[in-house]
Order: sequence, then structure tokens, then C-alpha cells
Amino acid sequence: MSIIAIARLELLIARRNMWVATSLILMGLFSSVLTLAGGAPTGTLGVDPLLVAITSITTLSVYLVPLIGLLLSFDSISGEAERGTLALSLTYPLSRGEILLGKFIAHLLVLGFAVAVGLALTAGLTIWQYGAADLSYMPLLKLFATSLALGAAFLGIGYGVSAQSRQTSTASGIAIIVWLVAVVLYDLGLLGALVADGGGYFTKTLFPWFLIASPADAFRLINMPLETVSTLASGLGAAGPTVGIAGPLVSLALWPVAALIMAWLAFRRVEP
Amino acid sequence: MTALLIKNVSKFYGQVHSVRDVSLQLAAGERVALLGHNGAGKTTLMRMILGLTPLTSGKIEVLGMAPGSRAARRAIGFLPENVAFHGALTGREQLHHFARLKSVKTSTADDFLERVGLAHAMSRKIRTYSKGMRQRMGLAQALLGTPKLALLDEPTSGLDPISRHEFYDIVDDLAKAGSAVLLSSHALTELETRTDRIAIMSNGHLLANDSLSALREAAHLPVKVQVRATAETADHVAAQLGGQRINGSSVIVNVQQKEKVSLLGQITGLGDLVKDIDVTPASLEALYRHYSVSDQEIN
Repeated sequence: MSIIAIARLELLIARRNMWVATSLILMGLFSSVLTLAGGAPTGTLGVDPLLVAITSITTLSVYLVPLIGLLLSFDSISGEAERGTLALSLTYPLSRGEILLGKFIAHLLVLGFAVAVGLALTAGLTIWQYGAADLSYMPLLKLFATSLALGAAFLGIGYGVSAQSRQTSTASGIAIIVWLVAVVLYDLGLLGALVADGGGYFTKTLFPWFLIASPADAFRLINMPLETVSTLASGLGAAGPTVGIAGPLVSLALWPVAALIMAWLAFRRVEP
Repeated sequence: MTALLIKNVSKFYGQVHSVRDVSLQLAAGERVALLGHNGAGKTTLMRMILGLTPLTSGKIEVLGMAPGSRAARRAIGFLPENVAFHGALTGREQLHHFARLKSVKTSTADDFLERVGLAHAMSRKIRTYSKGMRQRMGLAQALLGTPKLALLDEPTSGLDPISRHEFYDIVDDLAKAGSAVLLSSHALTELETRTDRIAIMSNGHLLANDSLSALREAAHLPVKVQVRATAETADHVAAQLGGQRINGSSVIVNVQQKEKVSLLGQITGLGDLVKDIDVTPASLEALYRHYSVSDQEIN
């Protein structure tokens, strides 16, 4: 019951603080633009237009979903500690795990809502342009489910950062660094290593594991369906076929759990 | 029944002694005031009772339960110093949330908002509340679920005199319903009549812990007797009573408690020379100063 009470309050706060609106606008706007613009070059080439849109949106979501996840979570513990509301909350008969879980449920709902609206817009616009025939919806559902997992991972990371930081300003700084490293620099580093290695031990043995280890790359591997499309979309996608689907799936399932456990351990040490 | 048991509790932050060997007990229905300067250890003691801060040594029991345990937290109502809430919520939303956490009906929460005088503002966002209103809000959440132990840290700061009076009425009701109330305060005068016992802390030590009258007796502070005569007779009265003339017509005599009655007899003996008389026992301020100064001399 306490978990639901916390989730309910967090949803209310997220609505008031415009986080819901911000997430919705971000996802809705980018999804619509990519769907409309992404379809233009393929036109009548015979490729499923929804698949083209999904490829564009996957590329976008790799950046956007972690960002929204961190935006929703970075303030949640340090901000309460700073405002002085945390100490009072902790004197109520509920555990820190329950507080964390309640916040997580609320924030995941916000994120899920934003992603769902974005994808619904994509589907709607595609049907409007090309008609409902011959569209495969499975990739859309897959994209939705994996977006939730990706978002959940970064929510957990955000809580961990928030619990470790004494101040919200510190937490926001660390969150930005985490985002940069996780979705941009990590891939750049891997690319650099690939080039330097030139098809040696790293490329053949280590590289697939490094790729799977990152939730963003795991997300990309699952959602980039065609070898050709994924090669076009990202140089890293080329490693897809050698990795298989099981590895990225396991990675994407484990990340949220691991991140939440780490956040909980950090939160347990917080003395308000 | 013991609502709160504190036994030889100490708290060190590294080499700094925040609380040193404090023992204190509260029975159900008892109102105890915790006095002390800033940094005396009052808030640390409360945090330990709540389980927010671990003890270095000693033992605390809340109704026989470990501090910070779920059952102990369910039994406690806490009003923190400088209480804060989320500004984006309305008073009603915030209190309903706390009610849910304490498994109390949300309609009861509305009653408490009315009890603390916030019914008119409950649909407004908390960020528009004044300090006094937030303090009332804090009191309302502390009352939820009729706590067996109420911990109120500087509860009347930010309240105007009338609100303070209303606040102590609520505390009285709590105590009558069987709750033990431990409150800390700087505003000493208001505690005189509204608490059963005074505990004084300084530098982490508990210096005194008794009823106000017992503390007065132990401190041997003089009773101030002010006698009003007339401009012509004041000098004569001062000489008779061994007091001091303080203005045109009044005389002040400081006596120990046990000499008070005989002095009053003497004053009566002066007959028509005396126009009026005021007897003031040592104030809580004086007592507090007495106990905390003697502690500083020890250190």
C-alpha cells in the first residue's frame, strides 16, 4: 500500500512539475518528425514503411529514453534531502526500498506513457500515409517493451546518482556525464578500439561482449531488424548478427534490476 | 506505562560528542519539554529516537520497541524543525499522502487540517503557505494516527502568540488521550504552564530533568517580591523589609523560597503603607540560565 501511495504522489508531482508534458513533447515531436521525414526517401521501394520509421526512432530513442529516465530520477533523493522532506518521509512506517519502488513505478509510468504516445503517433501517421495494409506491428511492440527496459535502467542509475550526491546540482552534473558516457562516448570508444584493433582479438572476442554490456547498444541490437538498415544507421550495428538476440535481451533485462539494487544500496546509506 | 526509554545514550561524530550519556523516560500522557541552546544535542537525540541516526552507545526503546522499527515508527508522530513539504502539492494532497502511509482514513486527515486551522487553505499549493501555515501543516501530519509518542522539534517557531496558544491546546488534548509528548523549544515562558516536566540539555549532557517546581527548589533561585508604597513612604518600607527602592514608589526584595512566607507576614505588618504586592518566582529563563551556566563552569 505504501508503494502505491508513494507512486501516486510522485505521479502528481511529475504532472505538476511538467515532467510529464516535457517527456510527451520530446517523444511525440521527434517521433512524428522522424516518421514523416523518414518515409520520404524510401517512398515506394517496397520496404515496410513502419520499419523504416522504427529504425529512425530506435536511433533517436537510444539518446532520448536514457535522457528522460535520468531527468525524471536525478532529483528524486538528493532533491528531497535538500528540501528537507526526506527526513520526515523516513520517519513514516515504510522502508527505503518501498520509497524507491514507488518512485520507480511512477516514473516508469510517465516514461512509458511518453514512449507509447510517440509510437502511437508513428503508427497513426504511417497508416495515414500508406494505409493499414501490410504493416507489421510486432517491431513496434518490441520497441515499446525495450524502451521501457532501457528507461528503467537509466531511472535506476539516476536514483543511484541521486542517492550518492549530497546536492541536486551535483546530481544533475553527474547525470549529464553518465548520459554522455553511456550513449555517446562508450560507442565512440568502442569504434576507436575496433579501428585500432583492425579485426584482431578485440574485434572477434571482446567486442560483442562490450556491445551487449551497454544497455543502449543492447537496445539498438534488438530493434535494428535488417542487417542493411542497421549498418546504415550505425556502424556498431554491423556486429549484430554475430551477437545474436539472446545476449542483448538478457542485458536489457538485467540492467534495470542491477541499477535498482545499486540505487537501493546507495539510498540505504543516506542519513537525512 | 513507559512510552519512551532513553538509557545512557551517547552519540559521537568522530571525536565530537553530540550527546553524552543521556538517560530520560517518558510515561504515557506526560508532556516533557527539552530545553537547550542550538547544538546542545536536542535534535540529535530526537533523530536517534526516530531511528534516523544510529546510537554510538546506550539504549533507546519506543514502547518497548527498537527505534526506527516499523512498529515504532507507526507509534510516533514527528514534527521536524523547519518542516518542509513539496511546494507543488496542495495541503490536502500532502496530508492525504501521509494518511495513506500511516494507514489512516483520508477523511480523518481533513479533520486534522481543520483542527490546526488550515481548512480554508487546504486546496492551495503549499508553496503559497506562510511559515506558520507550514508549521500547522507539520503539526497536522504529526497528529495522524493518534501517536503514542509525539516528538515535536521547535514546534512553535514561526507561530504568532495566539497560534502558540492553540498549539498547546492541541498538545494538551494529545496528552489527555494518552500520548507522551516530548517537545523542544527556545520559547521558554510558554512552557512554564504547558508541560509536566523540564529536561535541560547543554553540550550533549542532560543537566536537569524534573518538574518546574522541583527544579526551582533545587536551584535555590530567589523569589522576587515587589511592594508598591508611595513616593514618601518607599524609603521607609525599603529599610523595614531590607529591600531596594527601584523607582518612585516601589521596593523589590529578593528572598529564598523558604523565607517567602515570613516576608509576606512582615509586609502585612506594614499595614496601610503597602498599596500593592507582586510575587514572582524564578522564571524558566533564570532557571535555564542557572543550569546551563553551571554546566559551562564544570567544562
